[in-house]
Amino acid sequence: MTLLAETVAPAAGGGWLVAAIIFPVVALLLAVAGGARFAARVGVLALPAGLAIAVAIADGVAKHGVLGYYVGGWAPPLGIALRADVLSAAMLVTTAIVASGAGLYALHDFGPPREPGGGRQTLGFWVSLLGAWAALNLAFVGRDLFNLYVALELLTFAAVPLVCLDGRAPTLQAALRYLLYALVGSVLYLLGAVLLYGAFGTLDVELLATVVRPEPAAWAAAALMTAGLLAKTALFPLHLWLPPAHAGAPPAASAVLSALVVKGSFFIVLRLWFDALPGLATAMAMQFIGLLGAGAILYGSALALRQSRLKLLVAYSTVAQIGYLFLVFPLAFDASAGRLVAGTALAGGLLQAVSHAFAKAAMFMSAGLVAVALGHDRIEGFGGLARARPVSLLAFALAGVSLVGLPPSGGFAAKWLLLSAAVESGQWWWAVVIVLGGLLTGAYLILVLMRALQEPAAPTASLRPVAAWREAVPLALALLAVLLGLAGLAPFQPGAGTGAVAAAEAFQ
Amino acid sequence: MSPTTLFGLCGAALVGIGLYGLLTDSRLLRKIIAFNLVGSGVFLLFGVIARRGAAAELFGDPVPQALVITGIVVAFSATALAVALLLRLHEAGGGATFDTPADEAGVKRPDP
Amino acid sequence: MSFELSYELLVGLLVLTAAAWSVAARDTYSATVGFVSYGLLIAIMWMQLQAFDVALAEVAIGSGLTGLLLLSAAARLRAAEARVTSRPPVMLRIVAALACTAVSVSIAATVLRLPESAPSLAGAAVGALPATGLGNPVNGVLMAFRAFDTLLEKVVLVLSLVGVWSLAPEPGWSGRPRLLHPFADDGVLRFLARTLPPIGLLFGAHLMWNGADEPGGAFQGATVLAAMWLLVLMAGLGEAPRIRERWLRVAVVAGPMTFITVGLAGIGVAGAFLAYPEPHAKSLILFVELPMMLTIALVLALLVAGPPEPTAGP
Repeated sequence: MTLLAETVAPAAGGGWLVAAIIFPVVALLLAVAGGARFAARVGVLALPAGLAIAVAIADGVAKHGVLGYYVGGWAPPLGIALRADVLSAAMLVTTAIVASGAGLYALHDFGPPREPGGGRQTLGFWVSLLGAWAALNLAFVGRDLFNLYVALELLTFAAVPLVCLDGRAPTLQAALRYLLYALVGSVLYLLGAVLLYGAFGTLDVELLATVVRPEPAAWAAAALMTAGLLAKTALFPLHLWLPPAHAGAPPAASAVLSALVVKGSFFIVLRLWFDALPGLATAMAMQFIGLLGAGAILYGSALALRQSRLKLLVAYSTVAQIGYLFLVFPLAFDASAGRLVAGTALAGGLLQAVSHAFAKAAMFMSAGLVAVALGHDRIEGFGGLARARPVSLLAFALAGVSLVGLPPSGGFAAKWLLLSAAVESGQWWWAVVIVLGGLLTGAYLILVLMRALQEPAAPTASLRPVAAWREAVPLALALLAVLLGLAGLAPFQPGAGTGAVAAAEAFQ
Repeated sequence: MSPTTLFGLCGAALVGIGLYGLLTDSRLLRKIIAFNLVGSGVFLLFGVIARRGAAAELFGDPVPQALVITGIVVAFSATALAVALLLRLHEAGGGATFDTPADEAGVKRPDP
Repeated sequence: MSFELSYELLVGLLVLTAAAWSVAARDTYSATVGFVSYGLLIAIMWMQLQAFDVALAEVAIGSGLTGLLLLSAAARLRAAEARVTSRPPVMLRIVAALACTAVSVSIAATVLRLPESAPSLAGAAVGALPATGLGNPVNGVLMAFRAFDTLLEKVVLVLSLVGVWSLAPEPGWSGRPRLLHPFADDGVLRFLARTLPPIGLLFGAHLMWNGADEPGGAFQGATVLAAMWLLVLMAGLGEAPRIRERWLRVAVVAGPMTFITVGLAGIGVAGAFLAYPEPHAKSLILFVELPMMLTIALVLALLVAGPPEPTAGP
């Protein structure tokens, strides 16, 4: 509380938090007003500016620890507070980088329309990209449970049209299934927020943390909100909507959906348990969430292993990688104190969210280029790909290094942190799951690479050309995922200082 | 029992009725209607909480009342998008449920 | 049992019956009719709860516009739905019924255990209301204390409209939205569509203007305007505009854009985004509400009208 009051001083640079949300909103409104041709230009111009805002926030957080803002000058509980800590800053920068990559990559498919009256997909893509960006930024800095509900809905309405941009029946079906899951998820979340307000009279995360008592109303609310958010994050067994939705979308859209959109609701689960209701966690509830995570890792990897199409394989891999995020909950639970403690496990979860975002965006983009070149994405027909499209394949392989968790990648650092948290807390069973998941991930990626390294069964007919700059985007993102473990970024460095851990601990 | 509590119990029942429809009816339009029932049950609960918070010469707490109005708009947008998706899916040959897998090419003719 | 409680018991039973009907009815069209009457009944509950702003919104949107949307969809899908004969297995229905009952019971238990002295922000809202110059505390929450939510909810509306538009088939994209043909020949409808709109226009403006101090506001006013426009369209007395029209695109974003502009000016003159300088707060809020009302009315009507159709003109 006192911490928040201090950070609201205008000097703290809290205005950047408003900018991070309002800037993409203004861009999307201009795009709607200006039409498809204009939308592509506004979108491209917005990318570097949005990245600059995210970097400014990260810089402010590095200097001040946290940034805060009261929108309209009204303090909670009547008003709405925004706040950024190290976790928010990491996710804001990650989102800005991946969104910029997706935007650049999409310029080929969703550039200014050539004929007048066209541009349905162009307008849809850019408006959705900007909308999702604004919604994610709000999810990362929002500190009011209803305001976060609005963020979740913004995210849904931005994400669903991305799934069915091509208008074919299978993608329409996937989009509708996704929409229904997302709507039920957010209505359950809202129900929980309503019960919290009824029992404790506030929706502000900081205030709730001070007044929530472990009692039935709080448990019911936490259960409903968590269930709703898990459906939106596609955690096993609520993942059914994800593979068709993410695999059927255009590659740039898949990248945004799989790398970023599912992280928005995951981040709110983190906020809910670590910040709003820290005293509510019980060993059993946390083990249960961890069990779902473990189920996701094993089931998602096993299904990825059985896919014959590359994009579906990558989508099932997302189902599995989401599982790791939820291992944070049992691993961060301090049984002696009876509460969640921000530490190694939370830092590992954050790093997993960030490195998976880079790696998965790179994978979907390179899978898209492979599909363009070959005219299909059936893995059995990948023979000769290594020679024909080496850069795309390299990007795919490097992203795979991070997903498997090989050093020095970000994925390695993340899984290493989670493993050491498991060892520290004596919960060896989660360590087994982490290692097993890594082996399965390695297996399904190696199968793809082996196919690509084989000689083609028949002489390759005519590969369609792909511009070099389009291959550069996934390669750069994959390199980021790999270098994340090396970069020595203070907040991410395992062992040394662990800024994420320290900052997360600071407000508990 | 006070009337307010009675409505609160109604809200709780509405959530259950709606969820049941969502889970058991395969027809997509029925799922959309059921979602609206769940939503309005949640809003009603919020209204009950607002009424309980009557204070300062007001008949109810204005904060939850305002949030419900925002929620109603969002629920309407959601319904509109879902209905538009469903009608488009139907035209593209996808049927009125998830049971008929939409075929890859979407070449089935729409119903007359 | 007091008269009031038995009245409310009756309303509650009717609401639950209508809800159960709209889930259980075999035919989707009659389920939809059940849902519309459900919306009207629940508005009575909102009046009993003394939440007149919400009651207005619920009748106009929850029952009216949503009902229109669902009815026209049910009419279009009738043939396809009639072919759906498979019922989910009995086991699944039993498990689902048990699970949903458990959810309802635990929510009901929570409601019964809510604290005796209910926490409330009513006092805080009333205390802060003079700074906004408004007399209606609900509007104070919507336009000042939680203006950020209200602004972003308009963005939700715009996003869902673009989402609906992007579902149009490629040829004819940017053309006219589909109309609600089935009603076009109705004489009563035509008569209403000729006589009601002027009254509706006045009523809508009244709701917005008065919303500052009494129940109502930009949102409820906009719903009335949207309903009037839809009436004209449905009666075949007018055509929906092509979605590529520049004026339409500008009007769709005018509300949130004005809101953001005033909000940004607030940083300079009142110290925070979406803050209003005190002596001018009420006039600024009304200044924002006018374009907001136009945007909301337009978007609500266009959401009901659906994606543009190739057959409806180039």
